[in-house]
Amino acid sequence: MAASLALRSAVLSVALFAGFILVWHLATNTHQTVQAMDPEYAKLMGMTVTQGKSAMPGPLDVATKIWDHLKDPFYDRGSNDKGLGIQLAYSIARVMVGYLIAVAVAIPVGFLIGMSPLLSRALDPFIQILKPISPLAWMPLALYTIKDSSLSAIFVIFICSLWPTLINTAFGVASVRREWLNVARTLEVGVFRRAFTIILPAAAPTILTGMRISIGIAWLVIVAAEMLVGGTGIGYFVWNEWNNLSITNVIAAILVIGVVGMAFDQILARLTRLVTFPE
Amino acid sequence: MSADHFISIEGITKRFPASGGASTTIFEDLWLAMRRGEFTCLIGHSGCGKTTVLNILAGLDQPTSGAVIVDNHEIFGPSLDRAVIFQSHALLPWRSVLGNVAYAVASKWRSWSRPEIEAHARKFIDLVGLSGAERKRPAELSGGMKQRVGIARALAIEPKIMLMDEPFSALDALTRGTLQDEVRRICTSTGQTVFMITHDVDEAIYLADRIVLMTNGPEAVLAEIVENPLPKERARHDIHRHPFYYGVRNHIIDFLVSRSRNFRADGGAFDKRHVPIVRPGANDKIETAGAGGDRNCAPYAA
Ligand SMILES: Nc1ncnc2c1ncn2[C@@H]1O[C@H](COP(=O)(O)OP(=O)(O)OP(=O)(O)O)[C@@H](O)[C@H]1O
Ligand SMILES: [Mg+2]
Repeated sequence: MAASLALRSAVLSVALFAGFILVWHLATNTHQTVQAMDPEYAKLMGMTVTQGKSAMPGPLDVATKIWDHLKDPFYDRGSNDKGLGIQLAYSIARVMVGYLIAVAVAIPVGFLIGMSPLLSRALDPFIQILKPISPLAWMPLALYTIKDSSLSAIFVIFICSLWPTLINTAFGVASVRREWLNVARTLEVGVFRRAFTIILPAAAPTILTGMRISIGIAWLVIVAAEMLVGGTGIGYFVWNEWNNLSITNVIAAILVIGVVGMAFDQILARLTRLVTFPE
Repeated sequence: MSADHFISIEGITKRFPASGGASTTIFEDLWLAMRRGEFTCLIGHSGCGKTTVLNILAGLDQPTSGAVIVDNHEIFGPSLDRAVIFQSHALLPWRSVLGNVAYAVASKWRSWSRPEIEAHARKFIDLVGLSGAERKRPAELSGGMKQRVGIARALAIEPKIMLMDEPFSALDALTRGTLQDEVRRICTSTGQTVFMITHDVDEAIYLADRIVLMTNGPEAVLAEIVENPLPKERARHDIHRHPFYYGVRNHIIDFLVSRSRNFRADGGAFDKRHVPIVRPGANDKIETAGAGGDRNCAPYAA
């Protein structure tokens, strides 16, 4: 047993990846026989179907495409042809704005709810009803009132990032260990000093866990929101490439969405670890 | 009378709600008075309600009924005058050793500068033998080291009253001895009034002026107050040579072994307000408080 667990798991990961690529390659490389099909559908799908070549791009096609995007991520040739980097930047900017506003609202409000049993009970029914609403359901309302598609997308991000952070903050604040609060009480520490020196550090891991859930949801929702509002962003890019029947671009975009989402998650995970102290 | 009643527990009762709408009485109508500068130890079996009494004295917990008077004022909450050494240490895990002690110092002397605060905190960290570990976080400390940080934190705010919940329980014999000496020295030199919970009979005999014996719960009562017959000037290494030492020790152990379980505070015979005072060793004479009952303790023998 010389190989460490880390090494063995890495080898297995690479093997699984290679296996997946191979199966993908084999599956897309075959020429299917032309099947009898609805002529409407055949017309819609164009040459790929009628000629019997697989409509699915293979891994090599996708890799080349991604390489093209990486070489020139920020080109801008009109509203329907922008580089992947630009589209991504739009999405990240929207997510950051909506998310940061949500955090700025959720943490103070969560603090109040966590510290006041009265507010906690009073606001609970509202939170319980608002929380399960799909953020996209707000979209028509947002478009109608804000009258700006980009701001509406930001609003939807705000709404969906709000709840996990709010609920986790309230929970973290309400469940600060009693003995730490007792230390503050015996030292006659005032309300504000207690909030910042005892409650905030004690609840920080829970709050950051909430923020981590929020950013994950925000990144899930932005793609759908941009598909709806159109114009710019990675979600719009995916939808646009689907309309162009460029499955290669769709797959490239899917991969990039995954990588960015993972990056967000890892950053928040690292921050959480930074404020977590074992006892 | 304030000298005799510096701290006065007056008929406190504590009940916790139990399942099925009933309630458990931890203790009922408990009376105890402590003089200024007196060192009182409370001994009783696990779960009898010692920490509950201490929390009420600290103001962290409210009695179901009754009151605690400190320096002629009823207490309604915690105060910087009453430092607490918590049984569970209660260190803040995100702060270093120095940070934990400095937090208390900064809370007491709010206008002090950072160097002043740290210098003061370091003095007490040094006192409990933790110099060199100032930058460590509680998670990196052993149980005994955590306990010593808790002691340093309480001593550092130089309170009038020290409330200690088994402060030395996690220490090895040598460290324990050293810290007992230090705490005793500081408390006597500053005239602090100390209320300490312990399970260690020898520790109680070495430190305390009076040892309060509590029966097993539920409905625990203070069965008696043992006046320490040993001279006030005593050294840890030779208290066991004192002629009264084994008398006191056996008396307390007898209580813990059998009487704490069987003790019955039956109606008229036992007056909870005037707990019997005993001075074992001499001739196991049992005194009861004089009439008038303004103090549940006979004056010290001259
Ligand atoms: N919040 C609570 N709710 C219900 N019962 C409680 C509560 N706190 C304490 N008790 C009960 O009160 C009794 C006394 O508890 P306490 O902590 O005062 O004991 P103790 O004498 O300090 O014991 P130990 O020596 O083990 O520390 C226990 O039986 C415990 O079960
Ligand atoms: Mg206890």
